Amino acid sequence: MADEIKDVAPAQAIAVQELKKSFGHHLALNGVDFRVARGESVVVFGPNGAGKTTLIKILATIMNPSSGRIFIDGMSAKDSAEKIRRRIGVITHQTFLYGTLTAYENLEFYGRLYDVPRRKERIHEVVETVGMTSRLHDRVGTLSRGMQQRLSIARSLLHKPPIMLLDEPETGLDQQALVVLREALRAEDGARRTVVLTTHNLERGLELGDRLLILARGRIVYEGVTASLDLAGLREAYHQSTGVKA
Amino acid sequence: MSFLKKALAITRKDVLSELRTKEIIFSALVFTVLVIVTFNFAFSASQETTALVAPGILWVTFTFAGVLSLNRAFIPEKEENCLEGLMSSPVSREVIYVGKMLGSLLFMLIIEIIALPVFALLFNLPVFSAPLVTVTFLATVGFVAVGTLFSALAVNTKAREMVLPILFLPMVVPIIISAVKASGLALAGESWGALASWLQIIGAFDAIFLVVSFWVFAFVIEE
Repeated sequence: MADEIKDVAPAQAIAVQELKKSFGHHLALNGVDFRVARGESVVVFGPNGAGKTTLIKILATIMNPSSGRIFIDGMSAKDSAEKIRRRIGVITHQTFLYGTLTAYENLEFYGRLYDVPRRKERIHEVVETVGMTSRLHDRVGTLSRGMQQRLSIARSLLHKPPIMLLDEPETGLDQQALVVLREALRAEDGARRTVVLTTHNLERGLELGDRLLILARGRIVYEGVTASLDLAGLREAYHQSTGVKA
Repeated sequence: MSFLKKALAITRKDVLSELRTKEIIFSALVFTVLVIVTFNFAFSASQETTALVAPGILWVTFTFAGVLSLNRAFIPEKEENCLEGLMSSPVSREVIYVGKMLGSLLFMLIIEIIALPVFALLFNLPVFSAPLVTVTFLATVGFVAVGTLFSALAVNTKAREMVLPILFLPMVVPIIISAVKASGLALAGESWGALASWLQIIGAFDAIFLVVSFWVFAFVIEE
């Protein structure tokens, strides 16, 4: 085990090595390899079926890879999945919220699972962050899609995760929720969270990421730094590496 | 301790959700009362005949009411896309299993607690005896232990509500047969000694189903 961890530098929050995932005969991920430094934001672009959601699910330890290794904060996802889950917040286009329960009951439930200390106060803090205090005792099923997404952001922040995994989080978000999402990517002590974000939206990805990866047919086909690219350059790179016009 | 606290958090959430929707208890109770009433009219015969068929009627009712209840253990999680939320939380898959199992056990026991007096009233049989209550409780534990596992398995299939009974009922046949036999003896007023062998069989299946389901659940729930 010591040998396995040796090549993961301490400054790296996420290290993915030769990751493969197959569903029957279909290879969703075919040897994905990348690192994310602490405090860095990496955006993963790719056409439908490229393997973006599969990648996020494996990083979130929801799904097991077929082969390859993942280290998060130096811990192996295979051996320390529960410890890793404490350090990550997950936001997807699904909210993970129960429509029959109120916003408070949902956050209380997740707070219990994450062993959040001073649960009641923390719930009020995160709900204030996403601007949902007035709807705290409303059932989630009665909230608009945008509000549910804001509440989902609150859920993901409950346990103050240093790492955020976001899978096309902008789906269904209104303008206010997008502002909340941008703020959520900063840690509460002012430091930056480590972020891996998948999106179709090149403009938003360029704005949120420090580095970008383009995934196609289960492989990373392009890697670059956002500071060195404008939107037109990114569109060109995306088209050349995936064969799909963005 | 943390294991049980988190499992109970999942049970608590399921109970709270059920209190709002009343989907499980209401549908299973309507089904239970309808079956008992229908059988009561079908077998309006002598007390001897009634005593002979009553255990079968009781367990047919509990079995299908249980299937209705178990079907709802994971379907709401899937429908609301919350299963991945649970799986990305820092709890082991076994915690999810125990939490879900305790919820289903509670719902089934509530259905049985309400159904037994109706059964006693219509069939004029002594259902409030310690042996019958023990048989019912033990058989329900085994039923729910394996049912929760199969409910998680069926939830990823297309015809999930049909798949559960097809997969699950053959597995629980030993418990149902033992429960019918033991219930028959209990309703006839037999002693604990007469029931002992059936209770041992139910207890053994409970232990096997609990242990195997507990260990296998992680493989079932992970795609």
